[in-house]
Amino acid sequence: MSKWLKRIYVFGIFIFLYAPILILIIFSFNDSRSRVKWEGFSLHWYSELFRDTELMSALYTTLSVGILSALAATVIGTAAAIGIRNMRRIPRAVVLNVTYIPVLNPDIVTGVALMLLFVVIRLEMGYVTLLLSHITFNIPYVIFSVLPKLRQLDRYLYEAAMDLGARPFQAFRKAVLPEIMPGVVAALLLTFTLSIDDFVISFFTTGSSVQNLATVIYSMARRGINPKINVLSTLLFTTVMSLLLLLNLKDTGSGAVAVEGGARPVSRGNGQDRHG
Amino acid sequence: MKSKLPAFPYLVFMAVFILVPLLLVAYYGFTDKQGTFTLEFFRKFLEPLYLKVFARSIWLALVSTLLCLVIGYPLAMILAGDTFKKKNILIVLFIVPMWMNFLVRTYAWLTLLENNGLINSFLDFLHLPKLELLYNNRAVVMGMVYNFLPFMVLPIHSVLVKIDRSLIEAAEDLGADRLRVFSRVTLPLSVPGVLSGITMVFMPSITTFVISRLLGGGKTTLVGDVIEQQFLTVYNWNFGAAISLFMMAVILLSMALLSRIDRGKEGLL
Repeated sequence: MSKWLKRIYVFGIFIFLYAPILILIIFSFNDSRSRVKWEGFSLHWYSELFRDTELMSALYTTLSVGILSALAATVIGTAAAIGIRNMRRIPRAVVLNVTYIPVLNPDIVTGVALMLLFVVIRLEMGYVTLLLSHITFNIPYVIFSVLPKLRQLDRYLYEAAMDLGARPFQAFRKAVLPEIMPGVVAALLLTFTLSIDDFVISFFTTGSSVQNLATVIYSMARRGINPKINVLSTLLFTTVMSLLLLLNLKDTGSGAVAVEGGARPVSRGNGQDRHG
Repeated sequence: MKSKLPAFPYLVFMAVFILVPLLLVAYYGFTDKQGTFTLEFFRKFLEPLYLKVFARSIWLALVSTLLCLVIGYPLAMILAGDTFKKKNILIVLFIVPMWMNFLVRTYAWLTLLENNGLINSFLDFLHLPKLELLYNNRAVVMGMVYNFLPFMVLPIHSVLVKIDRSLIEAAEDLGADRLRVFSRVTLPLSVPGVLSGITMVFMPSITTFVISRLLGGGKTTLVGDVIEQQFLTVYNWNFGAAISLFMMAVILLSMALLSRIDRGKEGLL
């Protein structure tokens, strides 16, 4: 293949990937309801969106569940990774295999399984069930992103800190945490995006009273097309783009975070982060 | 730091939110409404109606996976090669659409493929006949390829960039032409990436219900649709659970098989 042929091929695929999104964005500025005819630039649908209380509360739910589930999963998962690291071989293998289940299982199965649990324990479907579900599917990703950092850690670092008079938690915070920080930060970003991206599990674990963006868009899209969805998509897209740009401007190394982050299912079965 | 204690909160969490829910699925799948043991719902899945759905799911998922492989492998190779200087930026750009909500990505295609959508308006403008683009198998496959292509490209790419350059040079020194280098060196070494790419596209394709609902318009029922209907509209949870168990078994078994091929890693089964 000549260089030009390769370039055209890559360019073509990028058009395939971006054209639908760009068209979506362009038509969010359209003055009319039409998604075909351009009737002049306007921010009409943007003001409509901000007046739509259903969508605004969905946006709030998405963001707050994203932030809270990312934080909770990162704390629980980082602690878990440390504990798992200290386990004997067989219990560790058992725990890791169970941890793999939500990663490998189809989202729909995870969704219905959690729904059954909430029904059986009579927890009313809503914000709490949504948040718990998101924490559940997020924790494994934290564990698998912190464990490799722990393995790179010098075995005696913690003991050295203790010898120098640190209390256990101090030794963790001052000696261990800085070393595993890249993994923890990557986990935080990854789990936040996973939470925002999820539809299937949210769909099964939230009630009619609490909706996030994905479930609202789903019910809207089934009723036909609504320019407000275009506006929301545009906002989501620009947020993601600017986050990525910021990360890449800060230092080029963070590009790796973006790659890891987007590559969620890449870790599925790839074996690259199957540790012991 | 020898304590296992920090893992304790997670172990409790894991038991309650991972193990118990799965046991519940198993319980519902193997019992009837009265709670007595039965295999009725697994048998029900073997009825022609559902077998047809299952066959269609497998077929559409296979077609999408194959398309992703055919489109994605060359792309992964180009991105791993030296055609472009700023490869990292390209890869980030390739991933950005994945950060958009999956639903938004699927919705975007509605706009294009609709009867009065952009593509048909364009055809109309050229005085060409309109096409039935939406609500058929093709539209569903399109949606799957669009959504899952990166899942094929990224693992293949990550394997390709790790291939030792000197192996390729050695093959060239030994007189292999480019085709031979590819078929004897590059391709065999990229098999693990291809395998994980295949599972990562096939798995979400076979269980999706969003793509088939939005782009297939309910005309192309897939296994995912059946599960969703059983839980949320028909309220036959036992049947829904049985199908879920079946799908889970299919997927976990194929993953275990693949990891055997991929060999020697602790973890999976």
